[in-house]
This record gives sequence, C-alpha cells and structure tokens, in this order.
Amino acid sequence: MSALVSTLQTGFDVEKIRAEFPVLKQKVHGKPLVYLDNAATSQKPLAVIDAIRKFYEVDCANIHRGVHELSQRSTVAYEQTRAKVKQFLNARTKNELIFVRGTTEGINLVASSWGRKCVKAGDEIVVSAMEHHSNIVPWQILCEEKGAKLRVIPIDDRGELLMDEYVKLLGPRTRMVAVTHVSNALGTINPVREIIELAHKAGALALIDGAQAVPHMKVDVQALDADFYAFSGHKLFGPTGSGMLYGKAKLLNAMPPYQGGGDMIRTVTFEKTTYNDLPYKFEAGTPNIAGGIGLGAAVDYVNRIGLDKIAAYEHELLVYGTAALSEIPGLRLIGTAREKAAVLSFVMDGVHPHDIGTVLDRMGIAVRTGHHCAQPVMDRFGIPATTRASLAFYNTPAEIDALAAGLKKVKEMFA
Amino acid sequence: MVDDLYQEIILDHSKRPRNCHSMEGANRKAEGYNPLCGDKLKLYLKVEDGIVRDASFEGSGCAISTASASLMTESLKGKTKEEAIKLLDKFHDLLTSDSPAAKDLGKLVVFCGVRDYPARVKCATLAWHTLRSALDGVDAPVTAE
Repeated sequence: MSALVSTLQTGFDVEKIRAEFPVLKQKVHGKPLVYLDNAATSQKPLAVIDAIRKFYEVDCANIHRGVHELSQRSTVAYEQTRAKVKQFLNARTKNELIFVRGTTEGINLVASSWGRKCVKAGDEIVVSAMEHHSNIVPWQILCEEKGAKLRVIPIDDRGELLMDEYVKLLGPRTRMVAVTHVSNALGTINPVREIIELAHKAGALALIDGAQAVPHMKVDVQALDADFYAFSGHKLFGPTGSGMLYGKAKLLNAMPPYQGGGDMIRTVTFEKTTYNDLPYKFEAGTPNIAGGIGLGAAVDYVNRIGLDKIAAYEHELLVYGTAALSEIPGLRLIGTAREKAAVLSFVMDGVHPHDIGTVLDRMGIAVRTGHHCAQPVMDRFGIPATTRASLAFYNTPAEIDALAAGLKKVKEMFA
Repeated sequence: MVDDLYQEIILDHSKRPRNCHSMEGANRKAEGYNPLCGDKLKLYLKVEDGIVRDASFEGSGCAISTASASLMTESLKGKTKEEAIKLLDKFHDLLTSDSPAAKDLGKLVVFCGVRDYPARVKCATLAWHTLRSALDGVDAPVTAE
C-alpha cells in the first residue's frame, strides 16, 4: 500500500486542512474517526462554524425588515451569500439564485411552481434511472396530478446513462429533463452539457441536481446552459438546511410563487396581493439566516482551497481507493463509470451491508449502508443495498487503508 | 466489542440458517419487510390444534435478521399459539426494555448484545414482527417500523 501512497502527486496539504475540521479530531469506539460518509453530509470547517457563531453572538436579527443596525448587518451578510453563489456558479445575476433548504426543496419548488403552470395532460418528464428519490418523487407527484408521463433514461452495467436511449425518449411532449450531475449511489459524472443541449433541441427545459457535484468540481451554469440547477449547503461543508436553486431569470419571472407569506409580497389586501420581484418572490417567511450566512462561509472556504485542486486530489484518492478495494476477494464495486466522482459503492459476497457497516463503525469508520435513497439503482443492479464510502478532500490514503483493513476483518468474521 | 453482537451462535445461524426453505402445506404465511435496508422475509407456519407443528422462512437479510429468523423457527416448533406470543413478547423485551427478563428464552438470549446497537434492533425483530402477523392471520406485508 505504501507504494501507492507515494504516488499521490497533487501535493495537497491534507493535514493542514484536517486541522480546520474540529469533528475529525475525535475517537469513535476508541479508534480515530475515519469519516467516509461525505455524500450523505460533509463535515464543517471552523470558518463555517465561526460564521454561524458570529451571527448568533453578534449580528442576530431578522433580515429585509428593520432599519436597525443588527438587521442591516444580518441582511448584508445573508445577501452576500447570494452574491458569492452567483460567482460560484457563474450565474448572470444574483436574482437568479433562490435560497432553499437544500436540493430537495429546490427541485420541489420547480416541480410545483413551474410544473403547475406549464405541464399538461399527456406531457412528458424525463428523469434517469440513477436519480436520488428527491429527483423522482416530486416529478411523480406532478405527473399524477396532471396526467403527465414520467420517462426514465436507462443505465448500463457500469452505471453510465445510455445516451442513445435518452435521445429516443425525447419528443414533442417532453417538457422537462431532470437529471443528476453526479450520482450519489454510483459516483457517475453525467455528461450534463450534452444532456441539456439535447433537451433544448427537443424544446424541453433541463433541471440538474447538483447536490453531489458542487462540493467536488467547478460548475458553470451558463456554460452548461442549465435552466435550473439545485444544490445543498450541507454537502458543500456548509450548514444543514441551507442551499440554493439557480434558475434562468426569464423562467423564474414567468413562474407563480411557490409558497405564500412574508417577504415574497409587494402589497397585500384582502382583494388582491402583488408579488415581490426575484429572487424574493420565492422566499416566503423568515429563512434559515444563520444557515445562509454559513453557506457563504463554506463557499469562501472551498474557493480558498480551489475546486481544481480539490478535484485533482479527490481523483487520486478515488484511484487509490479503487485499487485498494479491488484487491479484496469477493468485493464487487457497484458503479464503475469512466467519469466518476470519489464514491466507492460496493457489495461483498455473503456479507450484508448492514453487518459491514456495524463492524466498520466499531473500528471508528463511518460509511453509509442501504439503498442511498436510490432504490431504482439497487433494483437495476439486482441488489438490496450497498456499502458506500464517499470521500472528501480531508480524507487520506491512510484512511482508505483503514477501510481496506476493516473490510478484511469483516471477511474473516463472516466468511 | 463487536463480538458481543456477533456471538458464535449468531454467526453460525447466519451462515447456515436452519429451516430456511418454503413449506408445502403451510396454513399460516406472512411477509416481512424492512424498508431501511431492503431486508425481505417470508415466514411459513403449520399450525394444527393450536400448536405450531412446523416453521420455516425464506429471505435475504443481514446476519442479525437471518440468525434471528433461524433461531426463531427452531424455538417455535411444538409451542402453542399462546406460548409463541409469550416468547415473542419476551424477545421484544430483551431487545428494548431497560430491565429485560432473560428467563425462558433459551438460546435466544444471544441477541441481548443487540441492545447496544439501536440501529440494529429492527434487524433482530423483523422475523418476530412477521410471526405476529402470521399468527394473527394477516396476509399484508408487515414492516419492522
């Protein structure tokens, strides 16, 4: 294994980075924590924790309302996040960014607001076989309500989309193509630029689920020409309950509000209410202000390290991890796409993922076991569940060695 | 240590489950499903004169749920319906109550280690939930929720 360690070339100072994540310093069941569940949620650097603490200790007030000093400060800090995310995703204006609780809410917003207005009986929505439940169920609900049809792009044994089949699904009734940028269960990086272009040629819109992409690679919504792009703050080293939906201004302007309440209105009388402009039209009620401010700190943090460096280092970890796990007899990786993020999903002969997860946990190693909110993916591969190690830039080759050693112990126990 | 959970007898029954087959002539059947991990289980009983004459199961699951189903089917044979329900309650107690009475559980006491793994209690109880619905004569799949 040590020969492999020396092949890590990126010169990434991972120890310095680890020191910025307080949670990583602990022992679990007497062993140093090895946190390999980053696709579920990522850990938070001090910069994010400090930003949240500062909000509650110094600036706490409601936003967009008061004339007093604290409200001004909170509003500025919160709105700065919108500007930071505008840069981060390269949107045209910050009005195209809607604060949401996470990717799930972003997708629901589009399915419910755009869908209510634009989808009719007989129309078609296209998703893929590798979607997270959050990019399936909102569309199913919409289709049921409207008498529209859900079509599914199939995947091959590597876990790659069958693009020929996708093209065949597109037709005059296709209204929306909703596809994940990176699969949470398989790690597949989808050719979303091509997917969007084909959708547009068919006269459809495209929504991209960016939850697993933004923490690991540079995303440019203009270069992609995405109509909608949603992501979660908590997977980007930010707080839970924070996230953003990007939408082209032209589309957002034409959509009805998602929820009614304060902040999203201009005038209210019992006879008629007029709505606020973008982005506030979609932001009813007091939002997760601390979460939004923490998200801004997370974006700053990731920018400071650099997504190019993060992507290069994580790719090396993926190559290292793939080699280490492939050495274990009876272990089969699920998801072997040629373009892949640092996700190692696998099954082991004769051992159920839950038993693997429990034994690893007692060795301080946190992995996810189960269907990963992607039951159709499990059905496609004919398995009930997998064990998934998902990596972030604070993981090390030594942690992958610990995982491999743990899996060998699992084999001894259950073989 | 993790060996407290995976005691020898549990590993043995998970690798070589007893009574793991379908049953011709079963007069009570039920299906169990744990949506969290996708574990599925079919339970077959032959109940005559209020006595469980035979019990078997089929399914795919983790070591804990497989061993639990295996040991359960062993311990059911020859028990009256009332005795089976009593055993079920005691087993449930063993895993969930603060002061379980391990009396009369026989080999099933090996599951006491599961108490320290709250995420795994549902694995151990899946077969027993299914048993309750089989005895009640409910045909719809039960979940370990």
